[in-house]
Amino acid sequence: MSTVKLTVNGRAVSVDVEDRTLLVHLLRENLNLTGTHVGCDTSQCGACVVHVDGRAVKSCTMLAGQAAGSNVTTIEGLAKGDELHPMQAAFRDNHGLQCGYCTPGMIMSAVDIVHRHGGKLDEETVRHELEGNICRCTGYHNIVKAVLDAAGRMKVAQAAE
Amino acid sequence: MGVEGIGARVVRKEDRRFITGQGKYVDDVKMVGMSYAHFIRSPHAHARVKGIDSAEAMKMPGVIAVLTGQQIVDDKVGNLICGWAITSKDGSPMKMGAWPAMAPETVRFVGQAVAVVIAETKNQARDAAEAVVVNYEELPAVPDIKAAIASGAPQLHPEAPGNIVYDWHLGDEAAVKDAFSKAANVVTLELTNNRLVPNAMEPRAAVAHYDQAEEHYTLYTTSQNPHVARLVLSAFYNIAPEHKLRVIAPDVGGGFGSKIYIYPEEMVALWASKKVNRPVKWTGDRSEAFLTDAHGRDHVSKAEMAFDKDNKILGLRVKTHANFGAYMSLFSSAVPTYLYATLLSGQYVIPAIYAEVIGVYTNTTPVDAYRGAGRPEASYLIERMMETAARQLKVDPAELRKKNFITQFPYQTPVIMAYDIGDFHASIDAAMKAIDYAGFPARKAKAKADGKLRGIGISCYIEACGIAPSKAVGSLGAGVGLWESAEIRVNPVGTIEVLTGSHSHGQGHETTFCQIIADRLGVPISQVSIVHGDTDKVQFGMGTYGSRSLAVGGTAIVKAMEKVEAKAKKIAAHALEASESDIVIENGEFKVTGTDKSIALPMVALAAYTAHNLPDGMEPGLKETAFYDPTNFTFPAGAYICELEVDPGTGKTSFINFVAADDFGRLINPMIVEGQVHGGLAQGIGQALLEGAVYDGTGQLVTASFMDYTMPRADDLPSFKLSHTTTLCPGNPLGVKGCGEAGAIGASAAVINAITDAIGNNKLEMPATPDRVWHAIHG
Repeated sequence: MSTVKLTVNGRAVSVDVEDRTLLVHLLRENLNLTGTHVGCDTSQCGACVVHVDGRAVKSCTMLAGQAAGSNVTTIEGLAKGDELHPMQAAFRDNHGLQCGYCTPGMIMSAVDIVHRHGGKLDEETVRHELEGNICRCTGYHNIVKAVLDAAGRMKVAQAAE
Repeated sequence: MGVEGIGARVVRKEDRRFITGQGKYVDDVKMVGMSYAHFIRSPHAHARVKGIDSAEAMKMPGVIAVLTGQQIVDDKVGNLICGWAITSKDGSPMKMGAWPAMAPETVRFVGQAVAVVIAETKNQARDAAEAVVVNYEELPAVPDIKAAIASGAPQLHPEAPGNIVYDWHLGDEAAVKDAFSKAANVVTLELTNNRLVPNAMEPRAAVAHYDQAEEHYTLYTTSQNPHVARLVLSAFYNIAPEHKLRVIAPDVGGGFGSKIYIYPEEMVALWASKKVNRPVKWTGDRSEAFLTDAHGRDHVSKAEMAFDKDNKILGLRVKTHANFGAYMSLFSSAVPTYLYATLLSGQYVIPAIYAEVIGVYTNTTPVDAYRGAGRPEASYLIERMMETAARQLKVDPAELRKKNFITQFPYQTPVIMAYDIGDFHASIDAAMKAIDYAGFPARKAKAKADGKLRGIGISCYIEACGIAPSKAVGSLGAGVGLWESAEIRVNPVGTIEVLTGSHSHGQGHETTFCQIIADRLGVPISQVSIVHGDTDKVQFGMGTYGSRSLAVGGTAIVKAMEKVEAKAKKIAAHALEASESDIVIENGEFKVTGTDKSIALPMVALAAYTAHNLPDGMEPGLKETAFYDPTNFTFPAGAYICELEVDPGTGKTSFINFVAADDFGRLINPMIVEGQVHGGLAQGIGQALLEGAVYDGTGQLVTASFMDYTMPRADDLPSFKLSHTTTLCPGNPLGVKGCGEAGAIGASAAVINAITDAIGNNKLEMPATPDRVWHAIHG
């Protein structure tokens, strides 16, 4: 057992976990942040993507101990209170989700994609960048639309700030 | 229609909880004192279980129990059932072997459970499972249809000699023989419909709780049909009586058919919760999903089609072997029979059809309904046949189809189905226009100049949704009725709860069903909530599969609403001192037509519950129920056209365009309908290009992870161009047909027809990987 101290969604936490505990299980089991999902056991599906120090990470691929001292943002920490993050709003407005299971990881990856590419996103780039997130419901059509829509919204929001 | 009524593109009410991480799936459920289950599974495709030694495991930290298949048998837990009885052509009933929830004696597929460890934590259960020693005596295995039906093949079940479950047929053999004797041309085709793994993104899970004081069970489970689960668990598996069992299917992360069935793991979790007197959670991992979720498709077929000298179809003969895997799953028997052979007429006038279907046991994961269930197999066969025929007869494939389209409705096919309505010319014309079919030869020539092989492929599908009526399916062997129920509760303050037996696991019922209410009453959808997925709340329901929720479940809602409105009108008329026949409902108000007198819905509702001033003899309250049994299937149909390029150097396929023109009848929420089509197309394209479950010669599933089984990714798929043509379904008051499966049914043939057109070789099986395509080009 080890004590892992980290910041999750702006809150400092200290958790005692088995050394083999993955970050995703720390989030889900110890912190009850069940918005982050597990969809596979080979780090393929991306349902578990969170942000660690601002970068998208598959939380099933990282030991909890490796996240010690990090700043972790999960899907629960993305909105500002009742105000949805532009990516969340774009997923809703473009019907970018159906069963909702892959959605948290998809949104967290998509935010990271927009951050990395700035305003220079096109459909091909979005499709290529989403390669690590699997959705079985939407055929990706509306997810791609949502990401492109959100990229525009995030640019506007940034300009306004 | 109003801004939130029928036809409006309303954003989904359910989305907020999903996009903020507040969805509540089964694995999110926690209970006080919860323990965890981990299953011990067979590594062999066929073996005798000689013994299970759990002594070391029981000494390990946190272990509560190790339970085995023999204990399941000793406790008289029922074997898994197959709910649709099929009769072979010789009149004998289908031949089924027993399927215990955990194998006491013999395992017949890799991944079949033999025991379960219950421990304080998930890791402790997993660790202890490693210490359980199972002594197996390996037996020879049959990994596929060919091996299973070979003479001298190892036998799976003594009940099914030759590994044959049934040898069934449909249609008029003599009429087909006669048709072929008159044929000017006969086209033959052999094809495989590849085995698929459904892979809903949420793995199956169960949380079971036994309340000793109340002798009552609760099961949270990833189910598309919780009431059916409760019925089966009580009536057939004897685990808990129906009135002492609550089944809850909360947010469910996709189903595609794979979550219809009541699997061993859910049974064992429920049974074990009483045995250890603790809540028991089991959450499958992806490897378990690959090994134990019912697979889909897996047919091998030979087909012949007879044409007259004018290229009119005279007859169709089909012989199909269907792989059922090692056991008969819940609806498996119906899939290659009544959901497949009955659709072999496609969109065409085919005067005579004869189909034979041989169901086969193999040492593989059980196979059952997966998105489309039988209809994709039928559509793929017919649409590859039409394309093959067009090439052999040297006519345009669109023209050959048009020449043979059914144009008069209702149309009785020779294989049971009576199509109620459709306009197949309208959908193919729309698709041809959308893709500029006329301009294709020029585009092909240009691509050729660039060194690319360009092809175009058409697929005109028809499917049957909302399987019904119950009397008819009962006469064909179904063990259940296929109606749906609804209950409308208008609360005293005028808010409305709709309790439905349908279950949403991505389909958006929480929005669409509200739109039906909003359309009728003129109230905002925020005043309406949909309740589903809990047997303690909803009276009964048959669940969601076969694109039935709107046509059957939605109609049940309409029927219950009609009763509510009738009573509310009586109350309003009484309050307004008007004639009931003069009351109209507009914008949430009950108005006396031609006057300015009105009473708002909340006041009517309040009057119903205060009961101070109701018409004489009227019962208080404003709540009605309906059970709706349709009169016929519905028949969504459409045309898909795919244009693509193949790189002859690599065999890689690239999409140029994919257009879909569907006729789903009336659309309640076009945005949601389009989403359903996108997802279906992705699964159909996945089958055509990427997906395929592969077993090796010993029955090991080689493609048992996302590393090995190619799920469609964003960069594998194009954006789709969708359009709709409309003929309203005459069989239900909404005029709707169902849209959930169409894409998966129609897409694969369009893709393969396009590739074979591009490469000029019709011999190509799915998935058409670059390797297969390259070999088809270069020999």
